[in-house]
Amino acid sequence: MKLITAIVKPFKLDDVREALTDIGVSGVTVTEVKGFGRQKGHTELYRGAEYVVDFLPKAKVELAVADQLVSQAIEVITKAANSGKIGDGKIFVTNLEQIVRIRTGETGDDAL
Amino acid sequence: MKYLLKGFILFISLSFSGFTFAEAVIPSVNKGDTAWMIVATVLVILMVVPGLALFYGGMVRAKNMLSVLMQVFVIFSMMAILWSIYGYSVAFTEGSPFIGGFSKLFLFGITPDSMAATFSKGVYIPEYIYVAFQLTFAAITPALIIGAFAERVKFSAILIFMFIWFTFAYLPMAHMVWYWTGPDAYTDAAAGSAAGATAGFLFQKGVLDFAGGTVVHINAGIAGLIGCLIVGKRIGYKKEALAPHSVTMTMIGASLLWVGWFGFNVGSNLEANGLSGLVFINTLLASAAATLAWSGAEWIIRGKPSMLGGASGAIAGLVAITPACGWAGPMGSIVLGLVAGIACFVAVTSLKSLLGYDDSLDAFGVHGVGGIIGALGTAVVASPALGGTGVWDYVTNSVGEYSMSTQFISQAWGVGVCIIWSGVVSYIAFKLIDIVIGLRVSEESEREGLDISEHGETAYHM
Repeated sequence: MKLITAIVKPFKLDDVREALTDIGVSGVTVTEVKGFGRQKGHTELYRGAEYVVDFLPKAKVELAVADQLVSQAIEVITKAANSGKIGDGKIFVTNLEQIVRIRTGETGDDAL
Repeated sequence: MKYLLKGFILFISLSFSGFTFAEAVIPSVNKGDTAWMIVATVLVILMVVPGLALFYGGMVRAKNMLSVLMQVFVIFSMMAILWSIYGYSVAFTEGSPFIGGFSKLFLFGITPDSMAATFSKGVYIPEYIYVAFQLTFAAITPALIIGAFAERVKFSAILIFMFIWFTFAYLPMAHMVWYWTGPDAYTDAAAGSAAGATAGFLFQKGVLDFAGGTVVHINAGIAGLIGCLIVGKRIGYKKEALAPHSVTMTMIGASLLWVGWFGFNVGSNLEANGLSGLVFINTLLASAAATLAWSGAEWIIRGKPSMLGGASGAIAGLVAITPACGWAGPMGSIVLGLVAGIACFVAVTSLKSLLGYDDSLDAFGVHGVGGIIGALGTAVVASPALGGTGVWDYVTNSVGEYSMSTQFISQAWGVGVCIIWSGVVSYIAFKLIDIVIGLRVSEESEREGLDISEHGETAYHM
């Protein structure tokens, strides 16, 4: 089991959700986040006063998947979130030790 | 019965006026004028609460939103009461050329039948409405000042300052510029000069200020400039992000100001007549031109036209046309608006950082600079040769000879006296308050935000 954390552009969120649903992912958690990468920030100008906005808004998508689905999930996220422009985001994959479904107490792959 | 009797007397006097007293003017109140002045007064109230409050509020950080709203709200209420107690009497009764008298303290002697003069012979409005209309001017002017030192001054210090400034700067300026006996006294040259001698100092100097370019805008702008110089910069000025928390709120506020300004300028005509139409179109065109000018200048120089710039431009244009709106022609108003839009843009974006003062919401940059341009520009656009109306001579009952240079000198008198008077009163008041109770909140309070530290509440719970 792996935990996939994808940072994507907010307007790509729907495409990512749809692509993941299509390959059988049954749930994701989405958070509105801010950060910077190579895209860096932008400047805003208010009556001549210039402010650099370092952190840009992104969507963080977290999903737990079974091992056999990992590469497929990464592939569809990459495809759905790609605009070809700087700032498309990143995908992080980490090992997942345990999953528990709170309602039934099921664990591991059964809880997915 | 009482009304019947009144009607009978009116009938008698009207019938006589047709024959015996053809020359005499019978003072009368017109329902159309009265209705318009009630609406105009409400429109000016709309400019202050909520217009100015939201215009300013949107430009501060979220942690100071309520402090700005509350300052405007309470200043408005406080000035209303002070106006009724002594303000109206001191500004609008006969006294010296610099200050009025105390004969109408507590609105003494005013009844529903009392009348206030307009700019036409024999045409009056109910004095209570005139008191209320002028009250709204006295209330918005101090509220304009807070924009210069928003986000860092104690609420108590602001209220004390406004009390002092209203008494010693607003009231004398209003008296000097606007007080006169009314047109009926100008029956012939001798009577005219006798009546003129009782008018305010700047009125006698020939200053033209239709709706408050000097009394309201330069007056408040200078007080703001002195204030932000004495108070000092906000913590983090030029180092931290001090960006507006909601340009949307600012746009709503600017729009309410824009709408309300028709009450401010057109209402200053005190009648609903043809000249009111001219004032209306002038106000509309100048503000539209200034919006385009500011946005255009920003687009060319800074690369993008911003909503904040558009809103600021509209206000700059409204400020500049305020003194001129009763004498300019429509095309002159457009030119005045264009000049004000660009000049205020430069003042706010370049002059401020060049001189290094922190006028938080540009009370001086927009109201001071725009007011000075409008006051001086009035001499130009009022000229009949440039489509203006010229200046009415109440003795000959016709438009008098117009000399642009003479008028410009008069306008310069108005601007100069206003700058010095407001500057000196503001300096003394700020210094005095700083010594006695202190102007600024503590550094900790400023960082926490004035909403929590001064008012114990938070604007947004999200």
